[in-house]
Amino acid sequence: MIKLTINDQSISVPAGTTVLAAAKKLNINIPTLCNHPDLCVAGICRVCVVEQTGARTLIASCAMPVSEGMDIHTNTLKVRNARRHIVELLLSEHRSDCTKCYKNQKCELQALANEYAFGDTVFLSLVEDHKYNIDRSSPSFIKDDSKCIHCQRCVRTCAELQSVSAIAVANKGAHQKISSFLDRPMSHVVCTNCGQCVNRCPTGALVEKTYIDQVWDAIYDPEKHVVVQTAPAVRVALGEDLGYDPGERVTGKMVTALRQLGFDSVLDTDFTADLTIMEEGTELLTRLKKILVDGNKELALPMFTSCSPGWIKFIEHKYPEFLSNLSTCKSPQQMFGALAKTYYAQKRKIDPAKIVSVSIMPCTAKKYEADRPEMRASGFKDIDYVLTTRELAVMIKQAGLDFRSLESSNYDSIMGDSTGAGVIFGATGGVMEAALRTAYEIVTGREIPFKNLNITPVRGMDGVKEATVKIEGCTDDWKFLEGAELKVAIAHGLVNANKLMKEVRAGKSPYHFIEIMACPGGCIGGGGQPIPTSMEIRKNRMKAIYAEDEHMVLRKSHENPDVIAIYKEFLGKPNSHVSHELLHTHYTERDSY
Amino acid sequence: MGKKGLSKVDLIFEKVDPKEVLTKAFKMTSDGIIKEMLDSGLKGRGGAGFPTGLKWKYTAAEKEPVKYIVCNADEGEPGTFKDREILDKVSYKVYGGMAIAGKAIGARNGIVYLRGEYRFLLPQLMKELESFHKMISEIGYDFKINYCLGSGAYICGEESALFESVEGFRGEPRNKPPYPTTSGVFGKPTSINNVETLVTTMMIIKHGAAKFTELGTKDSRGSKVFSVSGDTPTPGIFELELGMTVQEFVNEFGDGDTKAVQVGGASGFCVPRKKFQNTIIGFEGVPTGGSMKLFNSSRSMYNVLHNYLDFFVEESCGQCTPCRVGCQQLLKGVEKVKKGEVKSTYLNELIKLADTMKIASKCGLGQSVGNAFRTIVENFREEIIY
Repeated sequence: MIKLTINDQSISVPAGTTVLAAAKKLNINIPTLCNHPDLCVAGICRVCVVEQTGARTLIASCAMPVSEGMDIHTNTLKVRNARRHIVELLLSEHRSDCTKCYKNQKCELQALANEYAFGDTVFLSLVEDHKYNIDRSSPSFIKDDSKCIHCQRCVRTCAELQSVSAIAVANKGAHQKISSFLDRPMSHVVCTNCGQCVNRCPTGALVEKTYIDQVWDAIYDPEKHVVVQTAPAVRVALGEDLGYDPGERVTGKMVTALRQLGFDSVLDTDFTADLTIMEEGTELLTRLKKILVDGNKELALPMFTSCSPGWIKFIEHKYPEFLSNLSTCKSPQQMFGALAKTYYAQKRKIDPAKIVSVSIMPCTAKKYEADRPEMRASGFKDIDYVLTTRELAVMIKQAGLDFRSLESSNYDSIMGDSTGAGVIFGATGGVMEAALRTAYEIVTGREIPFKNLNITPVRGMDGVKEATVKIEGCTDDWKFLEGAELKVAIAHGLVNANKLMKEVRAGKSPYHFIEIMACPGGCIGGGGQPIPTSMEIRKNRMKAIYAEDEHMVLRKSHENPDVIAIYKEFLGKPNSHVSHELLHTHYTERDSY
Repeated sequence: MGKKGLSKVDLIFEKVDPKEVLTKAFKMTSDGIIKEMLDSGLKGRGGAGFPTGLKWKYTAAEKEPVKYIVCNADEGEPGTFKDREILDKVSYKVYGGMAIAGKAIGARNGIVYLRGEYRFLLPQLMKELESFHKMISEIGYDFKINYCLGSGAYICGEESALFESVEGFRGEPRNKPPYPTTSGVFGKPTSINNVETLVTTMMIIKHGAAKFTELGTKDSRGSKVFSVSGDTPTPGIFELELGMTVQEFVNEFGDGDTKAVQVGGASGFCVPRKKFQNTIIGFEGVPTGGSMKLFNSSRSMYNVLHNYLDFFVEESCGQCTPCRVGCQQLLKGVEKVKKGEVKSTYLNELIKLADTMKIASKCGLGQSVGNAFRTIVENFREEIIY
């Protein structure tokens, strides 16, 4: 243990602890900007400088490990003056249109300015000196360099969490900027649109592209029938933007709020999550049969899940030779979109041309996914607008709803029923668990032998998880699987996906089925989720997801009554011709830079 | 007048038999070599002036089996060109110094990080390196040197940015600690020394620490190679004993009309005429990596300052706020003052900013921008304003 004093209070902390972390233990707050709990230390914004007795310069507390006998002061005149200068310098290169900015009152620079730099501006504005670029090319987010404060959180996110590095630091000195390969627009580089950078940007330099106004227009248009679906992970995170603690489940209030906003039908993506399990589970079993029994050489194993649009874009760019390993299933959002303008329209006797399909997603990549040209199976754009969890919170505030006082209510019918298996899609390992619950039962006629159906080996925050399921007592149709060991793996965060993919590429992957989610923690840690997101917050949201599952009466996808009904009335059986037309898709090889 | 006065020395470029010196060095223990360096009082010749013996001692103390000795030949400070001359004339002594350092710290590998603009020297340097490798294998000693070329960024002369560059990354300074002696290039304990420092170590082994300490002053032992430029009838490279005053230097090199000397390049200090007498060139006064630029009365110190700030605005790596934005503010600020668009008292705000940059920047670059700024603005305020 290392002993030091901070503001004359002594404390002992383990070696390697930073001064910042030690101060936090004493409840001494040191402001930070480039620091983020998910990322490596940068030590570049210098906002966290403190005074160390005897040191020639101030020290960056985020980057300085403690040492024996250190004497730190966090609030001296020297420190305050330096901090004020630093915040003023950042403001001088930041286009401060705060009152109009999407991040107004959610901006970390603004908060610091409020604390350290109110009153007269000290320095000259440099904004006009720079030819700032605003990149609107991505359907998912806007990159506005005029608001960038060069903290490099986005760069570290893209490299460390996602191993993508679509954005990197370019040039030096006054010309230093966060840029892409050859300065290309974000729509033309390896960017997966995952939005993890957006989630970590302290200012308005990276924000989701909002479609709030378009959604309001549709709601107010009497000609339009506006359906909305909500993804599993939204219900366990939305509360954070509306004053609740992380991990509060607000499903019922959210449904009421959506209805009060004026959506004509409030439906659940969990329904198509269950449908995904039927389609993808059948696809996996069929693929196993074709490869293991029929000796098919064209089909490939391991099969990869295809729910996460960030992951899809990643594999299209980085591992295009494995596109045939991907499940052909569309994501639950897109299955929902295709069915809303076909099945739902027919049942409700509404002209699909008049349906506007909106989805509330924890994700920015879903905005891109909805824009893919292949996502028009219904004859229309299957999903018209995708809003993030954050945008929904904005709409709720715009409408003046007092969220806390709302009564809970249930989803509308037809595509509103769901099971616990659909809900857990929101957490890493959830798709795998849901698939195993159903596939095992299809093959053996029995429930998977885990207590309370909780398949714990596939749960949790380990970057890569694996499990083996021994299949015994198969029904006659599936005898060829008797005694087989189904090996599965799960990765979340593309840096972990990359690890698995390297194994696959090297021919060393022992797995049959791999679930991959682009974001850390799965959708609960999605790029469209409330800011801030950290490991602790992701864990709370994850707990809430599994609590939601435990509270459901039905916990297996194939028991969802709406799912049973749709196969009976519309689709026939899983992987049928109609299914293939509406619920399955194909992928595109893309450049690797 | 300084205690020492001005006297020319011939140590760095002195012809020696490298085989003889190295044979002597390799017979010494690691501790013996380090003690010799500590006794000599040698401080790094790149500008920062860290005691060389101490640096070697710390690196030697690390238990890691793989260590590196890096020669910093990224001579980028405006107005210094002495390392180029040293490499051109006596590269075998640079290599010799690296081998001695290697023996002292326990490193078998050396890397010379050569300024990109000095690429033209490379064929000759490689040829000499080949002879050097042959020579030390004849002595029966195992030490290998490789070259790595910079690409023109000033910041890559900063030791940790240099390591990043060697490793193939963007040249940006690292957080310290860990210091290079613990975790340097490729994460291994590294002693990084300037070209001239390494040559000096070889000469200390040859002549002995006691002889070396006869030169210079208590705080600045030995001699130093100066790069003299600006308004002088005799520009060039001169090896001088440390301890002289700026006045003595100007008497030798000035054109009779010297109004200021910029000691230590863009990151150094401006000494005005009225302070020539009382300012010693060395660690007790104004330290320098060798750059000595003389200005006569035909020069506008505004232009001089503007030029330096322009340089820093370009050459800051851009990662830390005080340096990236601070440099731009200083430049824009003096321009506005000159044009009369802001009050001249705005210079006081800028001096405060320069002081913040000195204590809050991440590395030596941002920390030293204020040196030139403060000394020029304080001594030539009227030239900045009018």
